[in-house]
Amino acid sequence: MRFAVATFPGSNCDLDCVHAVEDVLGAPVSTVWHQQTDLDEFDAIILPGGFSYGDYLRTGALARFSPVMESVVAAAKQGKLVIGICNGFQILCEVGLLPGALMANDHLQFRCATPELVVENADTPFTQDYQSGEQIQIPIAHGEGNYYCDEQTLQELEENRQILFRYNSENPNGSTAGIAGIINRAGNVLGMMPHPERAIVDWMGSADGAKIFTSMLRNWEER
Amino acid sequence: MYKAIITVTLKESVLDPQGVAVKGSLHSLGFTTVQDVRIGKQLEVTIDTAEREQAQQQTEEFCQKLLANPVIENYRYQLEEMN
Amino acid sequence: MVYSLPTEPSPEQVREQSLYREMGLADDEYEQIIGHLGRLPNWTEVGVYSVMWSEHCSYKNSKPLLRKFPTEGPRVLQGPGEGAGVIDIGDGQAVVFKIESHNHPSAVEPFQGAATGVGGIIRDVFSMGARPVALLNSLRFGSLDNNRVKYLFEHVVAGIAHYGNCIGIPTVGGEVVFDQSYEGNPLVNAMCVGLLSHDQLQKGIASGVGNLVVYVGASTGRDGIHGATFASVELSEESEEKRSAVQVGDPFMEKLLLEACMEMVEQELLVGIQDMGAAGLTCSSAEMAAKGTCGMELNLDRVPQRETNMSPYEIMLSESQERMLLVIEEQNLARIEAICKKWGLQSAVIGQVTKGDRYQVYQKGECVADIPVMTLVDDAPIYHREEKIPAYYTEMKEINDTDQLEGHNPESLFEQLIQSPNLASKRWVYQQYDHMVGTSTAVLPGSDAAVVVVRGTDKALAMSTDGNSRYVYLNPEQGGRIAVAEAARNVVCAGAEPLGVTDCLNFGSPENPDIYWQLSKAIDGMSAACHTLKTPIVGGNVSLYNESGDQAIYPTPVVGMVGLIEQRAHITTQTWKGAGEQIYLLGETLAELGGSELQYVVTGQVSGQPPVLDLEKEKSLQTGLLAMIRQGIVTAAHDLAEGGIALALAESCMDSGLGAEITLSSPHSHVTALFSESQSRVLVSVKKSDMEKLEQLAAKYQIPCTRIGEVIEQEKLLIEVNGEEVIGRSIPDIKQLWEGAIPCKMKASLTN
Repeated sequence: MRFAVATFPGSNCDLDCVHAVEDVLGAPVSTVWHQQTDLDEFDAIILPGGFSYGDYLRTGALARFSPVMESVVAAAKQGKLVIGICNGFQILCEVGLLPGALMANDHLQFRCATPELVVENADTPFTQDYQSGEQIQIPIAHGEGNYYCDEQTLQELEENRQILFRYNSENPNGSTAGIAGIINRAGNVLGMMPHPERAIVDWMGSADGAKIFTSMLRNWEER
Repeated sequence: MYKAIITVTLKESVLDPQGVAVKGSLHSLGFTTVQDVRIGKQLEVTIDTAEREQAQQQTEEFCQKLLANPVIENYRYQLEEMN
Repeated sequence: MVYSLPTEPSPEQVREQSLYREMGLADDEYEQIIGHLGRLPNWTEVGVYSVMWSEHCSYKNSKPLLRKFPTEGPRVLQGPGEGAGVIDIGDGQAVVFKIESHNHPSAVEPFQGAATGVGGIIRDVFSMGARPVALLNSLRFGSLDNNRVKYLFEHVVAGIAHYGNCIGIPTVGGEVVFDQSYEGNPLVNAMCVGLLSHDQLQKGIASGVGNLVVYVGASTGRDGIHGATFASVELSEESEEKRSAVQVGDPFMEKLLLEACMEMVEQELLVGIQDMGAAGLTCSSAEMAAKGTCGMELNLDRVPQRETNMSPYEIMLSESQERMLLVIEEQNLARIEAICKKWGLQSAVIGQVTKGDRYQVYQKGECVADIPVMTLVDDAPIYHREEKIPAYYTEMKEINDTDQLEGHNPESLFEQLIQSPNLASKRWVYQQYDHMVGTSTAVLPGSDAAVVVVRGTDKALAMSTDGNSRYVYLNPEQGGRIAVAEAARNVVCAGAEPLGVTDCLNFGSPENPDIYWQLSKAIDGMSAACHTLKTPIVGGNVSLYNESGDQAIYPTPVVGMVGLIEQRAHITTQTWKGAGEQIYLLGETLAELGGSELQYVVTGQVSGQPPVLDLEKEKSLQTGLLAMIRQGIVTAAHDLAEGGIALALAESCMDSGLGAEITLSSPHSHVTALFSESQSRVLVSVKKSDMEKLEQLAAKYQIPCTRIGEVIEQEKLLIEVNGEEVIGRSIPDIKQLWEGAIPCKMKASLTN
C-alpha cells in the first residue's frame, strides 16, 4: 500500500505523517508537492496539518484550489482512502468532499492538548482496529476546529454513522455535537481535527493514533 | 476599472464568538446600549474592466467560488468606478 | 563624491544642527565618523553608522564585560559572533541555539512585537544551516492585577502562539514571571533550538570577489525604521502614518523562506547567509563584508520594495521581516532562483562582493554611501562605564526579615503560594502553543526541562530557560550563579548532560553606575558558574535601557541551557511513577528565605540576601544525579526552586494520580523547612529495591541524601515536620487551585 502526503505551501505536519506511516506500517510513503497532479501510483492520500497558505482568507480556502486537489477529488471518487488531518480536514470541507465547515474555536484561542475521544463507529476503513465506544487519547492543536453544520446535515451524519470520533468529556473548541472527525457517505474520506500521527508510540504520551494507520492498511489488504 | 468592496459576514444562524467577546468588553466598558456585535471582513478588489456588468458578474462569481464559504458565510458588495 | 538627497538634511545641516544625536550618536562618535571618512557623512551614512554602532549591533557598553564569559569548550563548533552558537552532539550532528529579546516592540504592540521576536530568532538559527526543532520563551510582566498587564500578557502569548504554531516549530518550554518591577517594561525573550549536520554549517560571511549578493524573501517597506528619521522632518499626515509603522510578522512567508534556505543548504549553494534582522540590510551586509574582509557594492534600485519613493536611508535601515541575505557564486544563481520560484519567493541580485574595503551603496546611478567597511564593525566605540555599589544593596544586605514570615500557618501559606501566578500552573499559556508539532516532543511543557528526541538516533535534547531576577537584584553575583546553575539542574533532572548556554541580559541603563555594577557582577556570577559546570556561553543578546519612568527593571539575565540525553531510556520527569516508591531529598535545606516567592507573597516585596550557591556542591549534585539517572534507578527527579520543597512535592504529585507522605526533620522552623529556596537541592524517587544503590551513589559524590517519605496510592499530600502534621491536602483540591489561578485572573481581562 503506497501512501502520498500532499504538501501545500505552509503545511507543517507533512513530515510527521510520513514518519508515522513509516514507523507504524513500514509502508512506502512520499510527499507530493501541491502542484503535482498525478496520484495514480498511490493507494491512500493524507492531507496533513499546518497552515496552508498561512490560513489566509479562511482555513483551507486557498489550498483547495491547488492543482493536486483535483486529483485528490478524483482519487476519492475512485474509492481510494483519503484522510485529512486538522488543516487537511479544513481543506476537505472547503473542497466539498466532506459536509460542514470548521470555524474559530469558541474560546477564540489556539488549543494544544490531548483530549479524550470516543470512537463512535469502528466499522469503517479508518477505525476497524478500534472497538466502537473505545475511549482513546489523541492530541489536538488548532485555532479553528469548531465543526459546524446545519441541523439537517447533522441528522444525516448521525443517521449514516458518519461521525467517527467525538470529544468525550470536555469539548475543546465548541464543535457541533462534540464532533472531532467525520467520514463521507461513501466511507472512504475521513476528516479529523485530532492528530493521529502525534500518538503512535508511548513516549509521545499516547499510542492510540496508530490504529488509524493499521486500520487503513488492513482494509486495503482485505479488499 | 472598478473596485468591488466586499463584506463577508457569518450567517445570522452561526454563532460569532469573536462578536460575543467584543460585546462583553463593550458592556464592561459601560456601553450597555450595545445589543449585538457581528464581526466580518472587508475585501477591496480592483477589477480591470470598463463594463459595470462584467465587474458585477465576476464579483458575484469569485465571491461564491472563493471569498465566502456558503456553509457559514454571507457576502454583500458594492462596486465603485475608479478613474 | 557621495550624493545627498535634496529632501534630506545636508551633511552640513546634520553637523550644524547636531541631527546625528536624534539617531543616538554622541558628539564624539560623530567626530570619529568624520575622521573615518575624511569628510562629513551624508544622511544615509550617519544612519548606517548609528545602527552599526548601536548597543544592539556593537555591544559597545557590554563588550568589556562580555569578554569575561567562558566561550570555549571541546564541543563548541561556533561561539558568539554568528547568528547562533553551535555545539557538537556526536555522530556528525550539532545543536544550534540562541535567545534574543524583543522587549521594546512588545511593550508597544504586544502581539506583533512578540510574534516578530519569534520570527527573528528562528531566522538566526536557520541562517546557520540548521533546521529549527524547538522554541522556548522567557516572559516577564507586571502584576496580573493590572488590566494593562493582562492585555500585554494575553497578546504576547497570542503573538508567540501565532508565529510558532503557523511556522510549525513546537514551543516546548519557557517561563513566565510576574513582578511589579516589569509593570512598564515587560520582557519577551525568545529562544530557538535547531539541529544540523556538521558539514552543513553556514556562516554570515561575504567572500570571493565578484560573488553575488542576493536578497530573498519579503519586500522592504518602511517598517521599524528608527523613529529618529521622523523627528527631523516636518510633521505631516504622511509622516505621521510612517511613524506608526510597526513590524508585522508573516509566519507563512517565513515557513517558505525556511524551506527554501534548507534546500539551498542541502544543495551546497551558499557562500554566506545572514538574516536581515535588527538594522536590516545594513547590518547583515556590513557584517558579512567585514567578516570576509572584503568590500561590497549594493544597488538599492534592485531591492524589492513594498512602498514607493523609499530613500536610501529607509531601504538601508528598514526592519521589514522575513528577509535573508545570501552571498553566492554566479554559477549557482539559476539554481537559487529555481528554489525561490518553487517556494513562491522573490529573489533579486542586489550587489556583489568587491576587492578592497569599501562598502558602497548606489541608488539611481548615484553613490549614496561610501564607507570603509571595517570602521562599521571593528572600529565601533567601546565604553568602559563606571560601576558603583548601589545604596540599596548595602541596606538590603543588613535586613533579616525572615522573622516576619514566621508564625503564619504553613498550610495557608502553601495555599497562597500554589495560587501565586508565579508558581501556579502555566497551562493557560502553553496550551495556546503547539508544543507537539514535529512529533519529537517527549517531555511536554510544565516539567523542569522540555525534551525533544533526535530522530534517527537514540539521543534527545533537554532544554530550559531560567533567571530569578529577585535574587539578582539582591545580590547580582549570587543571582547570576543561580540562573546558570538552576538551568543546568533542570536539564540534569531530565536526564541530560548540560552542554552550553545562550543568555539574554535584560538590564536598565548602563550609564547608571548602579546598573552597570549589577550587570558586571551578574556576569561575574554567570561566568563562574559556567566555568565550574563546563557550560560555555555560545551566543546571546544584550538588552539595555529597560526602564520606564525612572524605574529600571530588576536586573534579569535569562539563561537558556541545552543538554544532551545520550539514550532515550534516561529521559526523566518530575511526576511520581508508582506507589511505594521512596522519596529522597538530595542537598541541604538552610534558612534562606531572602528574595523568596514566600517573602514576596507575604510582604509584597523582597529584601535580605538570596540563597547562597556553592558551585562545588552544585557540580557534585549534578554529576551525581546524572550518574544515578544513567544507572536507571531514578523514577522521578525534580529541581527544588521557588516555593521550596513544599511546592516541588506538590508539583510531582499533580499529574501522577498518586500522593506523597513526607516526614521532614529540621533544625529550622516549619516555614523555613517547607519554603526555603536553598540551592543545589533535588527531589528524587526510587524503587525500594534501589534505595541502597542510591545512597551509595550519593555517598560517592558527597551529596547530602535524606529519605523523606514515600509515594502513596491516595491522592494526598501529607507533610509532617518534626513530628507535627503541617500540610494535609487532597491533590485534586490543590490541583484545582493551582490550575485555576491564572485563568481566573484572565477571565476578568479587558481588551486594554
